[in-house]
Amino acid sequence: MDAIYTENLCKNYGSVKAVNNLNLQVREGEIFGFLGPNGAGKTTTIRVLTTLTHPTLGSVFVGGYDVRDKPDKVRKVMGVVQQHISLDRDLTVRENMEFHARIQRLSSSERKQRVTELLEYVELTEYADQMVDALSGGMKKKAAIVCSLIHKPKVLFLDEPTVGLDAQARRRLWDLMRRLNKDGTTIFLTTHYIEEAEVLCNRVGIMHHGQLIAVDEPANLRKKVGSIVVEILEDGKETRYQFFVDRDAAANYVKNLPSEAKTVIIRESNLEDVFIEQTGEKVGDQ
Amino acid sequence: MMNILNDIYSVFWVDLHILRRHWKSTIATSLVLPLLYLIAFGYGLGRGLDVDGFSYLSFVVPGIVALTAFSTSFNGAASKLQVDRLYYKNFDELLMSPVSLYSIVIGKSLIGVIRGLISAIAIYAVGLVLAPTILVRPVFFLILLLACFVYALFGMLVALVINSHHGMSNFSTLVILPMTFLCGTFFSLNQLPVIAKAALFFLPLTHSTELLRSTVLGLSFPWLSFASLIAFGAAFFIGCVMVLKKLSI
Repeated sequence: MDAIYTENLCKNYGSVKAVNNLNLQVREGEIFGFLGPNGAGKTTTIRVLTTLTHPTLGSVFVGGYDVRDKPDKVRKVMGVVQQHISLDRDLTVRENMEFHARIQRLSSSERKQRVTELLEYVELTEYADQMVDALSGGMKKKAAIVCSLIHKPKVLFLDEPTVGLDAQARRRLWDLMRRLNKDGTTIFLTTHYIEEAEVLCNRVGIMHHGQLIAVDEPANLRKKVGSIVVEILEDGKETRYQFFVDRDAAANYVKNLPSEAKTVIIRESNLEDVFIEQTGEKVGDQ
Repeated sequence: MMNILNDIYSVFWVDLHILRRHWKSTIATSLVLPLLYLIAFGYGLGRGLDVDGFSYLSFVVPGIVALTAFSTSFNGAASKLQVDRLYYKNFDELLMSPVSLYSIVIGKSLIGVIRGLISAIAIYAVGLVLAPTILVRPVFFLILLLACFVYALFGMLVALVINSHHGMSNFSTLVILPMTFLCGTFFSLNQLPVIAKAALFFLPLTHSTELLRSTVLGLSFPWLSFASLIAFGAAFFIGCVMVLKKLSI
């Protein structure tokens, strides 16, 4: 069974097709990265998957349940970490967790046990009784993640989980996501950071203008556009990118370049190149 | 049924927890304005006046109690909800939980009810000292509970519909402020032309003022106001559920 399955999912806002015929399958146990520029339809897709927005057309299943017919069942099997720190600022970390445990209908003993267990899991025990605003950005994010894990969800949605964090905090969160995934949680994350998608995700989907234009493992996507990329920088012109199957082919091409090409860089391709090649835009454009 | 009650309490738990933490300042600040009204209008300006056969102080105390219930319940339910929804964006957490929309509406309105009841009863107690002729009757507390619930739902609906701080401030100036001065708190509606009186019957505060005043002054029970207040409550409740249905699946 797929952890997430959509068939011909469409979401229109008036005449704007925010999501257009999205066919998506996220397998149980994988970390799936959802890439795309602002306005590509990523957030709308997440809102539909997490029961916050009605789909206009198509089928949507999360954890095997139809989001339209069984939203309550979906809410029991999913956890959501929003892009904004969606914790209650008037409460401590422990109280925020307690609140999430309550609205997930955990019994009093389960609540106590889960809160203690999760605080230890993310090493936040010594900060448990601090007000949320007293925590650093990375710790706030961790606190938001543990709140979303309180009911042991099968599928965890993370919307831009590391945005605004420093490099160290980002890497700690990556470790946490890997650990969660190893312990059996399917992870669906949106990100602007190409490196994040490359190092974390088993598979990546690229959205553009409401459509899924590519889905595969990062290595396969890179192979499809060409493993080696040549960047050609000329004065007053936009940087050009040429893709090649190997370094020999790239070197051959560079040899025959006209002299006005001032700077030429030969390097391995990455997901950003895949994105530019497929869409003609950079991630974060628009 | 137990599940529903548990869900309602779970939603209410956060607000109650925060109230417990800041109860002194929350209650003290909500009493300032009604006490000023009581002193300025009841004790100062209205001394020696009679309205509808009662001393002005006896007349104005239940009006100020109704006004306090209205403003405290409205703001109690609206302010945190609006901040949570628009700025901290954590209201979505509730919408993404298994708690039903009906439980969310009731649970989120309860903080308004509690705060409204505490402030209104405190003002009533002060009023009893200042104007010993007003009565203490159990039905007064039932009406007060109903009024607080209606106004908390009203506050919730407004906080769900209005999407900016600026909009909320406009609403306060254009709707809440006129209601404060026009719905019979400080003067008898019998002094107004029939058309103006009829127009004011479309504002909910008119009815709770009428109900609370007739109860503590021993007048005949205004059943039309009672029915109207319930109708307003039902309309606000349905409004909240409909807006929430738009905000989630």
